[in-house]
Amino acid sequence: MEPLLEVRNLRKSFYVHPGPGGGKNLELRAVDGISFSLFKGETLGVVGESGCGKSTAGKLLLRLLEADGGEILFRGRDIRRLSPRAMRPLRREMQMIFQDPYSSLNPRMRIGDIVGEALKIHGLARSSAIKGEVVRLLSTVGLGEEYYHRYPHEFSGGQRQRIGIARALAVKPSLIIADEPVSALDLSIQAQVVNLLQDIQKDFGLTYLFIAHDLAVIEHISDRVAVMYLGRIVELADARELYRAPRHPYTEALLNAVPVPDPARRRERQLLKGEIPSPIDPPSGCHFHPRCPYAREICQREDPPLEDKGNGHLSACHFSSEVGRFRHF
Amino acid sequence: MQPLLDVRNLMTYFFTQAGLVKAVRGLEFSIDEGETLALVGESGCGKSMTALSLLRLVPDPGRLVDGEVFFEGKDLRRLPEEEMRRIRGNRISMIFQEPMTSLNPVFRIGEQITEVLRLHKGVDGRQALAAAVDLLHQVGIPAAERRVREYPHQLSGGMRQRVMIAMALACDPQLLIADEPTTALDVTIQAQIMNLLKDLQQERQMTMLLITHDLGVVAESADKVAIMNEGLIMEYAPTVEIFANPTHPYTRGLIGCIPRLGEKRARLSPIGGATASAERAPGTSYLDTCPEPFAPVRNQLPPLREIAPGHFVRCWSR
Repeated sequence: MEPLLEVRNLRKSFYVHPGPGGGKNLELRAVDGISFSLFKGETLGVVGESGCGKSTAGKLLLRLLEADGGEILFRGRDIRRLSPRAMRPLRREMQMIFQDPYSSLNPRMRIGDIVGEALKIHGLARSSAIKGEVVRLLSTVGLGEEYYHRYPHEFSGGQRQRIGIARALAVKPSLIIADEPVSALDLSIQAQVVNLLQDIQKDFGLTYLFIAHDLAVIEHISDRVAVMYLGRIVELADARELYRAPRHPYTEALLNAVPVPDPARRRERQLLKGEIPSPIDPPSGCHFHPRCPYAREICQREDPPLEDKGNGHLSACHFSSEVGRFRHF
Repeated sequence: MQPLLDVRNLMTYFFTQAGLVKAVRGLEFSIDEGETLALVGESGCGKSMTALSLLRLVPDPGRLVDGEVFFEGKDLRRLPEEEMRRIRGNRISMIFQEPMTSLNPVFRIGEQITEVLRLHKGVDGRQALAAAVDLLHQVGIPAAERRVREYPHQLSGGMRQRVMIAMALACDPQLLIADEPTTALDVTIQAQIMNLLKDLQQERQMTMLLITHDLGVVAESADKVAIMNEGLIMEYAPTVEIFANPTHPYTRGLIGCIPRLGEKRARLSPIGGATASAERAPGTSYLDTCPEPFAPVRNQLPPLREIAPGHFVRCWSR
């Protein structure tokens, strides 16, 4: 089966001013050669800590940021080579849902106009039909017709995120990139929005790239999961497999760090030492080796490639078969 | 034994132009020495305002309108401001969620820590700086001698939170109020900070009021839990009891709506029914949407009743 989206060796660097001392700008490799595919109807979760490049990756896919290298094949065509005009119909097919529902809606526009604007721009409904279509979209995301004339400030965070979802749905996309769509929301609202995202995925046959830092949310919603560290994918596997038997020490450490909401399982934890190194000056060899409990001499020298370690379980680790020793449940 | 902190009928109201907002509506709880109480709730439930009320730091147009806050036997509400200032940052100190906004960006780390020592302990100069370095060591900051001369922007988020903890602990407080201390941090750093807090607490026999929305953090570090909603405690019990036997429908909702690692469910169960529009409009009360059938007394506030030793619930149907 041909994937809906295929990404090959995608790269993006930012250049950081070195500070008052002057000198050459420093290269920060935000996305450092990532590859993956996304099949129709599935959800690929992308998880990692702040600064790992997951949000940058999402923006590159939609060309909200231009990549430095690599290919983004959408239905087999490399969208990086398309002109803005040729890109436009594809933009309709690829939509984004943002993290902060407070800054992603124009405060001066009414809800009806925010959702209807997308229909107008892409010419998807005659002006007389727009209102009815918007009302239908609002009801899809659980908002009544009475909200049509309201402004964003009149809504709670969860309701705004529903509006963001309605706006994305308006243009009948096939791929939705959701960048931390529930992390700004309260627990109970988070559950509602996650359920809504799953419902519309089923109803409209959507494909999701779901970016988040919350490992439990990612496990819940994803079919497959990619774990990122310092701009690279270090592990990519079926969600169940990855959580049950991680094959990269960083994934194992992330899972160990999540506090378990069950006081009966309180225990002494093996914690990851140190902090994420600066992406401007990443460690030699395997980027994870200074914090890795499995690291040996080879890890400082040789950067392990992301390889299939059996049954399509990809890991970038020299000692992936040993991982699991430090996992505690 | 007398509890270290005993809060009775605490009320904090905001007198806004749009009308009266009851942020804290009669809170009752106590914390014994050396214990950790977690105050848990969603945004707007009044948990942070409770912390500020204890320290009498409620911003305008808010005011403590009623209640008592007994700390070491004295009612903090009745203390003269001068005496209150000797308690803040000294006997009771606080760490906040966002370490960047609570550190002063134009002062060096060392200056900010020594200020606390100078004000409360009268320690100054080289002695204070040495104490600051020692504190940074204790909170696990490497190369502390160099770090004391740095500015907040030169530190990572985790390191800043460690500095905040060092400042809070400078005077060896009896009570530490930690308001969402790890919410802004990555999960591996969060685990480090929570472990650090636990170790320091044990070393120093410190009492802690932990304000959080993360039930995982609660389960791993609290002795007792108070579940807050709309300015009131809905349920109050030992941690083990509240997870084993959650009784208030709101507590059960909170525990039920979170996805857990290693437990892939088909669907999450949101609080207050499953429909998409169940989210309450601003201004309506939990009582209006409570899934429990307590029609005869709807709109009447149930009292906090003890249903088992140490387990209190505010619900008619329990």
